[in-house]
Amino acid sequence: MSLSHQAVHVFPLPVSRAGAESSAVRRVLVFVAVSFVALFVAVPVAAVFAEGLRRGAGAYFAALRQPETLSALWLTGVTTVSAVLANLLFGLAAAWAVSKFAFRGKNLLLTLMDLPLAVSPVVAGLVFVLLYGKQGWFGPILSEHGLKVIFAPPGIILATIFVTFPLVVRELVPVMEACGTEQEEAALLLGATGWQVFWRVTLPNVKWGIVYGVILCSARAMGEFGAVSVVSGHIRGVTNTLPLHVEILYNEYQFQAAFAAASVLTILSLLAVASRHVAEWRAKSAETSRKDR
Amino acid sequence: MTTRPASIHGASIHELVTAARAVAAPAPRPARRTSLASTRGQIALALALGLGTAPASPALGAEPAKLLNVSYDPTRELYADVNAAFARSWKARTGQDVTINQSHGGSGKQARSVIDGLEADVVTLALAYDIDAIAEKAKLLPADWQRRLPHNSSPYTSTIVFVVRKGNPKKVRDWDDLVRPGVSVITPNPKTSGGARWNYLAAWGYALRRPGGSEATARNFVAKLFKNVPVLDTGARGSTTTFSERGLGDVLIAWENEAFLLSREVGKERFEIVLPSVSILAEPPVAVVDVNADKKKTRALATAYLEFLYTEAGQEIAAKHFYRPRSAAVAAKFASQFPKLSLFSIDEFFGGWQKAQKTHFGDGGTFDQIYQVK
Repeated sequence: MSLSHQAVHVFPLPVSRAGAESSAVRRVLVFVAVSFVALFVAVPVAAVFAEGLRRGAGAYFAALRQPETLSALWLTGVTTVSAVLANLLFGLAAAWAVSKFAFRGKNLLLTLMDLPLAVSPVVAGLVFVLLYGKQGWFGPILSEHGLKVIFAPPGIILATIFVTFPLVVRELVPVMEACGTEQEEAALLLGATGWQVFWRVTLPNVKWGIVYGVILCSARAMGEFGAVSVVSGHIRGVTNTLPLHVEILYNEYQFQAAFAAASVLTILSLLAVASRHVAEWRAKSAETSRKDR
Repeated sequence: MTTRPASIHGASIHELVTAARAVAAPAPRPARRTSLASTRGQIALALALGLGTAPASPALGAEPAKLLNVSYDPTRELYADVNAAFARSWKARTGQDVTINQSHGGSGKQARSVIDGLEADVVTLALAYDIDAIAEKAKLLPADWQRRLPHNSSPYTSTIVFVVRKGNPKKVRDWDDLVRPGVSVITPNPKTSGGARWNYLAAWGYALRRPGGSEATARNFVAKLFKNVPVLDTGARGSTTTFSERGLGDVLIAWENEAFLLSREVGKERFEIVLPSVSILAEPPVAVVDVNADKKKTRALATAYLEFLYTEAGQEIAAKHFYRPRSAAVAAKFASQFPKLSLFSIDEFFGGWQKAQKTHFGDGGTFDQIYQVK
């Protein structure tokens, strides 16, 4: 018994059967992948829309027009735009510094820049409470000057910047490193100023890296829950972002309104995914047309 | 239920509110009030309430005002109604528009946020200890805040009951059934939720009151109960949705108001309320956060807002949302809604919140000990 069992495992399969096997394996793999995606992605996404539209389109749009939902949408928009702008500026500067220059502590800097990806968002939020909260390090100074950071939009933006911080840099560093420094050096030798080099050489080379980074960063910023939840204070209509507002509606038994608001987030993330694919496709065709030339 | 005389500057609150009304009322109510008349009404009201410092901004009556009420988890629906009613009454009395912003969450967590700088004008939390913590850690209000409004500053009370699935398949009748093996119990985390602390103390008090009950048997009982708890949410509402929407657990230990709300919102056909033989008298208190209110110049408004909770109108809204009213008249009107229960108070069994908090819920307290044993 045990011998024959072992034999099955030890002896290689006859070559003539390999083709049939692999097509069966392929079918199984495709089936597993498709059903996995259906179960964990497609069905939940469909459920969000089905629940949101359960009482018809009228109720759906009425739920979205609630002032508190609109204000949550607005805050999410402001937060996302601020976080993307901040991380874009920082990301460009940091990626440029890291990929074009050699300096001491470069690896340490790279590691630190990755930290927000590894830290739990709740911890990220708490860190800001510890720094800027009333009992925190800078709390007394801030409140003396009447500045509110925590439990106000600035805190939400700060926390969002923190959690989305590595996304642009991580997209840019590999692209910039791949480009090398020759083109910039050539431009400088030909008499270009620093700005000219940046706008005409560096930026066009990393254009698609920037686009990916921005898309990833906005998708994450729109959906961030944990860190924002800690610093928000949950004031209805004032400091609730869309993800927080969805939770509030759900907790108040307003399931249809909760799913309507959730569907807006879903549409936004679907748009982000779609634009990433478009960007990838455009980047590829730009690449091939350049090679053809 | 008798009304204990409250004293703000020596006069009872009812006298003050009546006086304020008398001052504000005689002015005829034209469709549109001039800001002068409304300012006068406001100052008169503030003076009547003995709050001479309040109308620091002269045009207060004309400018819309804002209040932030930081509250605990299950009061969402209650304060949505209270805020609308108060805004109407304030507008009628003073001509000023007022918007009340709300923040809800586990009571302990909300107190922590106010300590960390969430600028609440008023806090309406699940238990006195959480407001004590704000007074103690951030010094935002005086330590004796609970004596400033009638009835220990608790305009309404509640108690702790059970919710079971329709037909009561696990035959849950009383506290003893919650410690039976195989009965899954849903309750929030006493570290963050006020309701959870009332739940815990209600169970403890029940065990203590049984024949032969002692601290040791109570501790054993509560430890056994928490062995049956599969998940601790941070707030009461989280536990309610865990039980009702995620379908976890056989019995939910909940605020009476939360239990009634659940059966109204989600449907009587899915859940039943079970009243234990004895439970705890829960007094959720309210307070003006002095430092914040003074900074935002909202003290008069914030005080009037909390006093509104004690008026007939405020009491009736509370009763409609299944909070037990303090007013005898309103209580009589809603008598059929609130079953008579044998209730014990926290002072009776636990020597007040400060002591209960330290013994049971502080770091290394009995809750930590029994929950680790699990």
